[in-house]
Amino acid sequence: MTAMLMAIFKRDLALAIRQRAELLQPMMFFVLVISLFPLGVGPGPETLQKIGPGVIWVAAILSSLLGMERLFRDDFQDGTLEQLMLSGAPMPLVCVVKVLVHWLVSIFPLILLSPLLGVFLNLNLAMYWALLATLLVGTPLLSLVGAVAVGLTVGLQKGGVLLALLLLPVFVPLLIFATAAVDAASLQLPYTAHLGLIGAMLLLAFALAPVAIAYALKVSQS
Amino acid sequence: MWKWLHPYAKSESTYKLCQTLLPWFSLSAGITLTIGIIWGLMFAPADYQQGDSFRIIYIHVPSAITSMSAYAAMALAAVIGLVWQIRTAYMAMIAIAPVGAMMTFIALFTGAAWGKPMWGTWWVWDARLTSELVLLFLYLGVISLYKSFDDKIQAGKAAGVMSIVGVINLPIIHYSVEWWNTLHQGATISKFSKPSIAPEMFWPLMLNLLAAVLLIGAITLKRLQNELLRREIHRPWAVKTLLKEGKG
Amino acid sequence: MALLSGQNLACVKQDRILFENINFSIDSSELLYVRGQNGAGKTSLLRILVGLADPAEGTIEYKQQNIQQANELYCQDLVYFGHKLGLSLNLNAIENLRFWCQLNQVTTSESELYELLANLGLVGLEDVMVSQLSAGQQRRVALARLWLKASAKLWILDEPFTALDVQGIALLRNKMIQHLSEGGAIIITSHQTLDVDYPTSELVLEYRI
Repeated sequence: MTAMLMAIFKRDLALAIRQRAELLQPMMFFVLVISLFPLGVGPGPETLQKIGPGVIWVAAILSSLLGMERLFRDDFQDGTLEQLMLSGAPMPLVCVVKVLVHWLVSIFPLILLSPLLGVFLNLNLAMYWALLATLLVGTPLLSLVGAVAVGLTVGLQKGGVLLALLLLPVFVPLLIFATAAVDAASLQLPYTAHLGLIGAMLLLAFALAPVAIAYALKVSQS
Repeated sequence: MWKWLHPYAKSESTYKLCQTLLPWFSLSAGITLTIGIIWGLMFAPADYQQGDSFRIIYIHVPSAITSMSAYAAMALAAVIGLVWQIRTAYMAMIAIAPVGAMMTFIALFTGAAWGKPMWGTWWVWDARLTSELVLLFLYLGVISLYKSFDDKIQAGKAAGVMSIVGVINLPIIHYSVEWWNTLHQGATISKFSKPSIAPEMFWPLMLNLLAAVLLIGAITLKRLQNELLRREIHRPWAVKTLLKEGKG
Repeated sequence: MALLSGQNLACVKQDRILFENINFSIDSSELLYVRGQNGAGKTSLLRILVGLADPAEGTIEYKQQNIQQANELYCQDLVYFGHKLGLSLNLNAIENLRFWCQLNQVTTSESELYELLANLGLVGLEDVMVSQLSAGQQRRVALARLWLKASAKLWILDEPFTALDVQGIALLRNKMIQHLSEGGAIIITSHQTLDVDYPTSELVLEYRI
């Protein structure tokens, strides 16, 4: 079974690398949205520092939503998903592997870009570390919960906007805790409690989401 | 549980159950609503600080409370549908959804209308108004997901999964938003033993709450009946029912 | 003892009953034709049989076990060939087949894969992206699974002859006869008739309004 999951991991990675151009788009979107804010609200360093964490997190959520649709779309359309389900492989684990690859190729790069954006929005070092920590713990949660909705909408032609409509309200607590953590860091306060809460949500999602994703895909097949 | 639920997996018996319950619900909803509203708006004493404008509480609080419980009821129906594979449970789920969304909207609207004299502005990013807003989005998500599918069995399952995701999230959203910002006055009916509200105001409020529950029940029953007929129009029992009711 | 049997199957799509009260059973070395007009529910029936979709009513048993419960065993013994080929357009034929073998725990060597593709008339196309292949060539790649998974006892094939040329059809036909002779069973929807010397039964789905 490990060999099976490994094969899925390698294949998804190979496919993602062959479609590099598509992967770059959410990243470009991420950078663009964030560079629009100083233009929109003015370049005052203090204003930027105040809105920075929220802006980066909202942009991260939006751009990960953009890329999220890819997660099962091709596999659904070309029938690979059918063959996966009929291979006898445990679907929840298969889903975890697919979400993991998706996170690695389309969300991890956003985290790598975040120092640059921290500079754009005048975050200080303490804030930046807090931002990095929340992104590292929070974005897997985005991917796991997002994958449930992607699984549900994969069979629909007009999935894009619907996906955002379904997911954005669900991500409210994550946004609140994450930006609060960075705010706390800016005041030199500890932010481990916030991180802990995000971590707890991540664990909960990790326990429930794989089964939900597998079920969602099954619903989309029928 | 299964034994108790099983007869209602059949759409005809569910329809008949709705038929029996509906008059009781609509009648009692009508009575409690009339008494509750008149009592609350005309006879209950005015608040010594807020004057008469506080009377909107008799609509705002019941709709806010029931909007949350309607979501819980919707998710419960979804769980029943998913676990016991009962089609009528999905129909009940989608029958509740717009009613709950309506209650959420009323709560938001009355909250805003109450905010105008109290805070001097229509909208404040107050914790509970914000949770209600997110709740409205969750309802709209479930409804639009359901509408997006052509096959309604598939639609029911998909919307069911989403409403369960929502109900797991709802307490988290509630507490996160609460913690994020608390501008609202303290909870009005948190403790039943010692309500921080005068009994003359408390009882009409309770009556209105009951009225809201009954009203949701009545509308949901009617919607469920319509859904059953629409979905089962090719079955003999539906045709027979429609013919009979058309004549009567 | 029947290999695969269905009792009282029904399928409801968009609140319309596609079919109900479908009963069938198929044994080793048997071929079952599923016939019916367009829209009668042939594909829906096959998807229910492989377990991708759930029937509105009824049960399907593989070797006397419900296919939900005996899912792993069922998947091991099954090859499903549907409308969607299950080939990633951005992988080449070899990569696609190798991945499928790993998924289904079929052990093959690289040279065996090349040889098989050569037999299927795909010489020189092994390293071409599937998106560059013609419709018929893509189907040949997907059909290679029938050769790869020799242990499969049951094939469920949805219109396998579509887009194949004369040689392709002959190739597949011979493979099907070989499968039947080795004790395999086939459930198929097709507009082509297939004369074989094995017990053949038909399941006719009526188009309902």
